Amino acid sequence: MSPKTLYDKIWDAHVAHEADDGTCLLYIDRHLVHEVTSPQAFEGLRMAGRKVRAPEKTIAVPDHNVPTTPDRMNGIENPESRIQVEALDKNAKDFGIHYYPVNDVRQGIVHIVGPEQGWTLPGMTVVCGDSHTATHGAFGALAHGIGTSEVEHVLATQTLIQKKSKNMKVEITGKLQPGVTAKDITLAVIGETGTAGGTGYVIEYCGEAIRDLSMEGRMTVCNMAIEGGARAGLIAPDETTFEYVKGRPHAPKGAQWEAALTWWKTLFTDEGAHFDKVITLRGEDIAPVVTWGTSPEDVLPITATVPNPEDFEGGKVDAARRSIEYMGLKAGQKLSEVEIDTVFIGSCTNGRIEDLRAAAEILKGKKIKDGIRAMVVPGSGLVRAQAEEEGLADIFKEAGFEWRLAGCSMCLAMNPDQLQPGERCAATSNRNFEGRQGRGGRTHLLSPAMAAAAAITGRLTDVREMM
Amino acid sequence: MDKFEKVHGVAAPMPLINIDTDMIIPKVHLKTIKRSGLGVVLFDEMRYHDDGQENEEFILNKPAYREAEILVAGDNFGCGSSREHAPWAIKDFGIKVVISTSFADIFFNNCFKNGILPIVVGAEHHAILMDDAHKGENARMTVHLEDQQITTSDGVVIDFEIDPHRKHCLLNGLDDIGLTMEKDHHIDKFEDHASQARPWV
Repeated sequence: MSPKTLYDKIWDAHVAHEADDGTCLLYIDRHLVHEVTSPQAFEGLRMAGRKVRAPEKTIAVPDHNVPTTPDRMNGIENPESRIQVEALDKNAKDFGIHYYPVNDVRQGIVHIVGPEQGWTLPGMTVVCGDSHTATHGAFGALAHGIGTSEVEHVLATQTLIQKKSKNMKVEITGKLQPGVTAKDITLAVIGETGTAGGTGYVIEYCGEAIRDLSMEGRMTVCNMAIEGGARAGLIAPDETTFEYVKGRPHAPKGAQWEAALTWWKTLFTDEGAHFDKVITLRGEDIAPVVTWGTSPEDVLPITATVPNPEDFEGGKVDAARRSIEYMGLKAGQKLSEVEIDTVFIGSCTNGRIEDLRAAAEILKGKKIKDGIRAMVVPGSGLVRAQAEEEGLADIFKEAGFEWRLAGCSMCLAMNPDQLQPGERCAATSNRNFEGRQGRGGRTHLLSPAMAAAAAITGRLTDVREMM
Repeated sequence: MDKFEKVHGVAAPMPLINIDTDMIIPKVHLKTIKRSGLGVVLFDEMRYHDDGQENEEFILNKPAYREAEILVAGDNFGCGSSREHAPWAIKDFGIKVVISTSFADIFFNNCFKNGILPIVVGAEHHAILMDDAHKGENARMTVHLEDQQITTSDGVVIDFEIDPHRKHCLLNGLDDIGLTMEKDHHIDKFEDHASQARPWV
């Protein structure tokens, strides 16, 4: 048999039907659902008199709209947001799917809750009406975002109509330098490939620097595969993965655990398997990075300066000019001299316990600069509880951070956590698009440790100076 | 879904690259639980000033392009969020075809589910079509799906590729879910097999 990639193996194990032209029905093992991209899908089912085919494989949690202030226990003030969350409450109940309501301690960002509860397992296919579904690829699961019509399709049939993507390998060799994190890896890769570099591909991340990452770090890397245009990101499961999964509420137990483990250990790319595209970065060459523009590909080491639009080619010249103007920066300006107004630590990219530990490590015994608005939004109620138990919450609060409840929050600003026009934010989230964190808001993407450093100095800061 | 056959209409040029779905429809408009009525907020932040007045400089606000049915856009159109509200807004505005050198994967899929035809063309053809779109309302393009051809206002014919299954569905206005449900027995069979092979799932 010809050697297969990890993607080939998972794909082959899930094809329920293949037409002559290569169009496949791909079986979906886990369908994650949130309140923003699902109401029209459930409505479609109702209108057609259809049921959810596999409610036991469907998990819903509200995250995008939910306020993160303690008063949310009294209900959601914004009527539209409330209606969406109430619609999810009702749909979950009517269709009999697993549900974590707003006031459940397990509630949180769907991509943090899935792995935390053991819904996400190696070798699975996982979809959600959210582009950051790529996160679950950290477990060696084929996971990607879908639109609402496809949400309806999966609800009704537990399959997706798909054609196979091409294979791309991103290898990060060697060791990372101190102060460099998973976030810096994933941003550096997008800086290398561009935001369309992965279009048409599923990426497998590999190499020593990837192997050395915790599950939290691997989730950060895979989370942003979509920002590089890829359908999904994957990392082959190993002992780190199995250790993380074992004992989680919905992970297999006993004999099933042993059987699962036997299969999971076959989930790696065979020697000699073909990749259509290969990118290799040296771990040692990756620096702590920050974005300067309005696309995740606009990324540079913190020691660099804002580029000159004329240095680019083609359509990027105008795009860079527009970005720099929108961001209120000047070509040649040192990134480490850019003053910020706000710091946001959270999101499905960097809202896990390890992220909060990394930020707290820098903040310990320090205060944020006067006038800076800073908030930590844990990725789930359980992450929040653990951070409180470890004393991280006290570090954040004593430093001057607001300590919030779980949700997507200022990553996409659908809830009240938003930037004002012109407000500049150091954010651990995943998109720096125009208006992403609020109309006219300016976003610089960076790691949790870098965000903490920026909160202390009030400007984008090289975290290595504080270590 | 309506059948897609041919579009003969004004094409609006948007040469900016990496137009993301946050630009196409900002999140403040994602709180709806319906699919309809989003055309008025298409490209909201570029199309309107902070006070809600139209930005006259924005292409779709110019008299020549207010009725555009085709969009010729820069590279990597539709990147970012998976929100299907983006194609819903495009469709509701009246745009039926989007032409670019490349599209983001999820947006591309979402278009077909809503009867919008996204067409990928090479850089050379893209430049010709972008020039043609700049000519305004008197220059109408024709997009013929059956023949897989775009004809510019001055008669240049450009062929395009499309997946045969997707073409078939667009031409016939077919509903994916109905088609898949006809293959129910394959899904049943797969589930039987998978429940033996991977009972922990």
